[in-house]
Amino acid sequence: MVETVFAVSAVLILAGAVGVVVFRNPVHAALSLVLTLLGVAVLFVLNDAHFLAAVQVVVYAGAIVILFLFVIMLLGVDTAEKLRVEPIAGQRPLAVVVGAALAALLGTVVIIGADVLTGLRRSAGERALDGSASDIERIGRVLFGEFAFAVEVTAALLTVAVVGAVVLTRRTSRPRSAAAAADASLQDSDAGPDAPSTDAGRGQ
Amino acid sequence: MSEFLRTYLTVGIFGAVGVGLVAALLGVGRILRPSRPTPAKVENYESGVDPVGDMWSQANIRYYVFALLFVLFDVEAVFIFPWAARLEDYGLFGLVEMAIFIFILLLGLLYAWRKRMLRWV
Amino acid sequence: MTGTLVLAADPLLSGDVGLVEVLLTLGKVLLAFGFLLVSVMLMIWFERKLLGGMHQRFGPTMAGPFGILQTLADGIKLFFKEDLVPDRSDRFVFKLAPYLSLIPAFLAFAIVPLGGDFNSGGSVELFGRTTFLQVADPPVGILWFLAMSSLAVYGVMLAGWSSGSKYPLLGSVRASAQMVSYEAALGLAVASVVLIAGSLSTHDMVLAQAAEGYFGVIPRWNVIVTGLVPFIVFVIAGTAELNRPPFDLVEAEQELVGGFHTEYSSIRFALFFLAEFMNTITMSAVIVTLFFGGPAGPVLIGELAGFDIGWAWGLLWFFLKLFVMLFVFVWMRATLPRFRYDQLMDLGWKALTPVALGWFLFLAALETGRQRDWNEAAITVLSLLVIAAATALLVRAVRNGRRAAADAAAAEQVEHAEHAETVGERS
Repeated sequence: MVETVFAVSAVLILAGAVGVVVFRNPVHAALSLVLTLLGVAVLFVLNDAHFLAAVQVVVYAGAIVILFLFVIMLLGVDTAEKLRVEPIAGQRPLAVVVGAALAALLGTVVIIGADVLTGLRRSAGERALDGSASDIERIGRVLFGEFAFAVEVTAALLTVAVVGAVVLTRRTSRPRSAAAAADASLQDSDAGPDAPSTDAGRGQ
Repeated sequence: MSEFLRTYLTVGIFGAVGVGLVAALLGVGRILRPSRPTPAKVENYESGVDPVGDMWSQANIRYYVFALLFVLFDVEAVFIFPWAARLEDYGLFGLVEMAIFIFILLLGLLYAWRKRMLRWV
Repeated sequence: MTGTLVLAADPLLSGDVGLVEVLLTLGKVLLAFGFLLVSVMLMIWFERKLLGGMHQRFGPTMAGPFGILQTLADGIKLFFKEDLVPDRSDRFVFKLAPYLSLIPAFLAFAIVPLGGDFNSGGSVELFGRTTFLQVADPPVGILWFLAMSSLAVYGVMLAGWSSGSKYPLLGSVRASAQMVSYEAALGLAVASVVLIAGSLSTHDMVLAQAAEGYFGVIPRWNVIVTGLVPFIVFVIAGTAELNRPPFDLVEAEQELVGGFHTEYSSIRFALFFLAEFMNTITMSAVIVTLFFGGPAGPVLIGELAGFDIGWAWGLLWFFLKLFVMLFVFVWMRATLPRFRYDQLMDLGWKALTPVALGWFLFLAALETGRQRDWNEAAITVLSLLVIAAATALLVRAVRNGRRAAADAAAAEQVEHAEHAETVGERS
């Protein structure tokens, strides 16, 4: 039974991952990313990591991909991406190099940590977490004990992300000409905030 | 098979029943309904006038800030839950830690607020 | 909330699995399924009838006694309507969206405890097996509900996007921004309940609320124990999450035709309609579970003709509470006018989220103090002072920000004027 569930979710995860790369339409790619994320959540459940499974769905599928979709809608993409264009010079060879490096890194981790992955040897973290308590309890104990400082740094990181987004979005309204400002105020007052193709989009 | 997995299996059956319901409704509908599409019928509605311009227009960039704020507070909730479920384990140290955590995140909200990104007008 | 966190799990599923277990599980699934469908049908009728009454109209009267079959008639009619998929739409996503809308609404209901005698543990004896009267009691409990409600955004967002039409796109972006904004407050209100219950499992939450109340008459419901604020936040955020009036800007028919489902017709439209009402019922059931003790209540007659019927009282109390909650939702719809979009966002981010967070910290401080035998009155006063100071600082900061922004705008105006002058001179 466990093997069946694992096999099915593994296939879904891989299919989703391939879909993210293959689909030309960004929304379809985002949807297949959701498939991958949900599959990973199932794998978490399979390992009795219920809290992590819930987090996987709530944060990744429920918030991060939604953020992606907002960005896609922000850009107003209606056609498939033009694959001929190369926005950054030399990005293709660079992608190959980075990809190879990543694969090598993953391979090294798998080879070195083979005993840990197969359960022959237990990692230090695993030993520290040992006990019959539920995974939410164990995660909490580590988060609010040993890694208390890291938790605060996470909060700071998230705050910095918001500040960055605010700064970036505000900059678009600065170098606007008086005519555009008048145009924007007119448009804001009667068409509402979400009128299509606003100057916010043009400012990009 | 762990007993937890069985719990989710029950949920899985429940979900399958739900998918079955939707599929059955759509299937019955497909059999019963007429299908005589004409070019005018499959046109977009748009208040009855012919559609103008691009269909997928750009959304306002403000939505992005809200989505990002949502990510912020969603992650915050995720950190809060293990703490709230086992409050007594962490004591005063945990309380102070959580207070600082929430305070830092509120700073992000406050910044967006002060920069008037939370206003729609 | 002492001792180790008991792993809440349905005792039915801990032993060997035989035919009886499988049949019981299937029975529970079908019970919940039937309950949901029937209550959706009745809810639509109930809402129309009640709204009619509140508007001094009759509401549906023709189909069946008191028009009770109206929903069925509407549904059958929709089966015979032509299903149009717009030419410019993204056909695959267009057909997927109704599933994405309905399935999370359906699945979220799985964690709601429906019945059982919670004065003695809440489990039910059926055919010699002990079980819980709820589809599933996963260890993440209420997080399951939050996960499903965060997935519900996809249905709305993709329905609007895939239509390839302007109004649905605007409606869906608006709707998803709204749902996302209020989800933060929703999660934080739930956190307060988790804090009090000391568990994520809905079964444990109901169990904690079934304990001895105050003065023998006031029940130990979380609505009282958590001090009303999380409840209010949850109801408001929940209504916004459901896109129900007064938060129905998503559909705002004067501006957006029908919102995200403008291009849907026939049974596909019916599925969105179904999902909306299913969500309403699930949300009410979750509110009842979290704040009003779910099926917990007194057992008036424990035995009837030799059978133990204590668990059936749980069902009865649950239905009564659910009914009241649904009434409140309809009542709000009839009473409150629709919000403007800026008001909506203001309420979500500037009021509900900070309030929910502040109250959560307040409860946590009280709880920590209780464990260390601090003076409760002192903590309360101190916390209130801190909250007051924080509010004052916030108000000042916002006012300063507003003034600074106004100054900046004025300066910009002057700059523009000068700029225009120089341009004029040059030409």
